[in-house]
Amino acid sequence: MEYCEETVLSSSYVGPHFMTDHLDLLESHAIFILREVAAECERPVLLFSGGKDSAVLLHLAGKAFAPQALPFPVMHVDTGYNFPEVLAFRDRAVERQGARLIVASVEETINQGKAADPGHLGSRNRIQTVTLLDAITEGKFDAAFGGARRDEDKARAKERILSFRDAFGQWDPKAQRPELWQLYQGKVNEGEHLRAFPLSDWTELDIWQYIEREQMDLPSIYFAHERSVVQRDGMWLGVGDFVELRDGEVAEVRTVRYRTVGDANLTGAVLSDAATLSEIVHEVSLANVSERGATRGDDKFSETAMEDRKREGYF
Amino acid sequence: MLATKDLLRLATVGSVDDGKSTLIGRLLVDTRQLFDDQLDAVAAASERRGVGDLDLSFVTDGLRAEREQGITIDVAYRYASTPTRKFIIADCPGHVQYTRNMATGASTADLALVVLNVADGLKEQTRRHLCIAALLGVRTAIVAVNKMDTVDWSEAAFRQVLADLQPLTDQLGFESVVAIPVSALKGENVVERSSQLEWYDGPTVLQALEASNAGSWTTTNHGARLPIQWVLRQNGGGRTYAGMLNGATLHVGDTVTLLPAGVTTTVTGIRSGTGPRGAATPGLSIDVDLADETDAGRSDLLATEPLPTVTKEFEATICWFGEQPMTPGQRLRLKHTSRSTQARVSVVTGAVDIETLTVNDATQLKLNDIGIVSIQTADAVVVDDYQENRVTGSFVLIDPVTNATVAAGMVGRASFL
Repeated sequence: MEYCEETVLSSSYVGPHFMTDHLDLLESHAIFILREVAAECERPVLLFSGGKDSAVLLHLAGKAFAPQALPFPVMHVDTGYNFPEVLAFRDRAVERQGARLIVASVEETINQGKAADPGHLGSRNRIQTVTLLDAITEGKFDAAFGGARRDEDKARAKERILSFRDAFGQWDPKAQRPELWQLYQGKVNEGEHLRAFPLSDWTELDIWQYIEREQMDLPSIYFAHERSVVQRDGMWLGVGDFVELRDGEVAEVRTVRYRTVGDANLTGAVLSDAATLSEIVHEVSLANVSERGATRGDDKFSETAMEDRKREGYF
Repeated sequence: MLATKDLLRLATVGSVDDGKSTLIGRLLVDTRQLFDDQLDAVAAASERRGVGDLDLSFVTDGLRAEREQGITIDVAYRYASTPTRKFIIADCPGHVQYTRNMATGASTADLALVVLNVADGLKEQTRRHLCIAALLGVRTAIVAVNKMDTVDWSEAAFRQVLADLQPLTDQLGFESVVAIPVSALKGENVVERSSQLEWYDGPTVLQALEASNAGSWTTTNHGARLPIQWVLRQNGGGRTYAGMLNGATLHVGDTVTLLPAGVTTTVTGIRSGTGPRGAATPGLSIDVDLADETDAGRSDLLATEPLPTVTKEFEATICWFGEQPMTPGQRLRLKHTSRSTQARVSVVTGAVDIETLTVNDATQLKLNDIGIVSIQTADAVVVDDYQENRVTGSFVLIDPVTNATVAAGMVGRASFL
C-alpha cells in the first residue's frame, strides 16, 4: 500500500507480534477467565442452557481443568418449555464432563407463588430471573459463568467480562467496575455475586468456526431437518406441545434449523438446508439478519428489552 | 473451513462530539458487519428521537441513558472482520468523569484510533485521552481527522491539525502515527475512498487498520512470562502449571526461573487447548511440565531471561478512580497477575499535569488524577517495568471494605514524565 508521505507523522514501527490464529486466542482468553474466576471466587457455578454458546462454554471449562473434574457445578434454569433434543443433549454433555447438574425450576417458582403464572404457554422468560436469583442465593454462589456474547445485543456490548451484581442481583450499567488489562477482580461481599462471561469477545461466526474445528456434539435441532411449522409474527415456529395453531393458521412441513435455542414457545426456526457444521459456518458467514432478530420473540418487546431485563438480574 | 485470521485490538480516543461513535458506526455499516434488523433498529431509534434518518452513534451507544443524553458513558465492544483480521473495537467515552471507562478500553489496546474534529483541532479532552493511551503503553495511532466535509475538504485545515498534533504524539512516544482526512457522517475515507480529494492518496481508515504493524499488547521482546493460575494434577501423579503466556515465546527445553523463589528448572512439555506443542506464543493459555519437583503454585511466576524484579517496594504511576481522595498510608489490596497482597501507597511523589506533562508536588490524589507514587506490599511481587511488559507491569488497587477497584497502576514511570 502506498502511503501519502506527508500524513505519516512517524512510521517504520513494527510492534512485537506473532501470527496466532484468532480462535486459539479466543479459546485461550476464555480458559484464562474460567481459571481465574475458579481461583478467586469461593463458589462458582456454570449456567448451562443446552444452546451452542453454553455448549462451547462447558467444552472450554473441560479443557481448562483437564484431566481434573470441573471445580464447580453446572446449573440449568429450566422453564419447562424445552425442546426434547436439547434436554437430551444437556444430559449427554454434563455426563461427558462428569459434572454435577443442578436444575432450577421455573415451574416451582410459579407453584411457590413467587411469580404470577403466565398461563397456558405464556412467556416464562422474565420469571427465569426470579428462579435464577433464588438458586444463586440458595446455593450461596458468588460467581455464575454465562455464555453471553457482546455481539448479541447493544446492552451486552457494554458489559464487563466480570460483571458485578448487588445483593438484589441487579446490574448497574452506569457504575461498572473498571476492568483493566486481564486483572479480573472477583471479590464480592456476602449476598452479592458476579456474572462471568468468558465468551464476551466471540461472535456468532467465531462460535460456529470453533464448534466445527473441535467437531463438537450439539443438539440435533441446530441442523437442517423437516419440521411442521407455522409462520407467526415473521417467525417460523415449530408446531407441537409448546406452539398450538391459532384460528386461521395452517401448519406446513418445511426444512428448517434453529439458529438459537431458547424457550420452545418463543424461539423461531430459520428456513435452511445447512445440515453439517461446515454448511452452517458458510450460512452464518453470509447471514444478513442477526440470530436474535431472526429467532427470538423475547427481544422484540422494546428498544432496551435486554438492558431492562439485565438490570433485574437476567442472564 | 474458513481461513484463519489474526487479531487486532483497538480503542477509540478523542473528545466528546468529535464523532468517535459515528466513525465506528460507519466502519461497521460499510464493512457490512451489521445485520439488517440491527440497522432497522438504529433507524427506528433515530426517528423516535428526531435525530435524522440514521444516527450512526446509536450503533454503539446502546444504553438507555446514553441515547437519552446523546453521550457515551461506558465502553462498547464491537467486532469487525476482514478476510485476514478480526478487530476487537473498544469504543471509549470522551467525558472526563468516565476516564476509568476509557482506561478500561485502552488498557488492552494494540492501537489507538484517534478521532479529531478538523474545525476544532486538538481539544483538552483529546490531549488527555492521548496521554492516557500513551501511559497505558499504546505506541501506534491512526488519526481520523473528521468532519472534513464541514471545511470543504480543505488541505490547509487538515495540515493545521497535524501540525498541532505532531509535537504531542512525538512527546508521548508514539512510534507509528498515520493521519487520514475523513467524513464519518458522509462515509468518506472510512471504508469507501473519498471522491473529493486530489491532494490525498493515502489509505482509508480500514486500509490503515488492515495494514497496521501495531503488534500485540501482551507481546514483548523482554523474556517469556507465565504467571501461574492453577496447578493441574495429572492422572498417575505429577503436576503441571497452567496460565496465560505473555512476553516472548516459550519453548520446550527453555530454562525457566520460578519466582519469587528463584529456583531454576527446565520446561519439558507444553500443552494448549489444541494439545501438546513444542513452543507457545504470547496470549495462549498453556500448561507446562517442569523437569524438577517444585512447590510452585498460584501467584508464582515462571520467567526466562531477562528476569523480572522481585520486590516489596516500587515506584509506580497510578490513575485514581476512587470517589474519596487517596492519601498516603491508606491500606489497600493489590492485584498483580495472579497474586493478591496487602499494599499501601507510602509516598505520593507528585501529580501529573496533563496540559504540560510535568509532575507537580501533591500530597493526595483525587478522582481521575494521575500520580507518581511509591507502593509497599506485604508479600513480594514479581514485576517488570510497564514499558517492558504491560501484563507483568500492571496492577490494580482495591478498597478492602467495598471491593471497589480504586486505582489502575503501572510499575515505573513513562519516559515523558
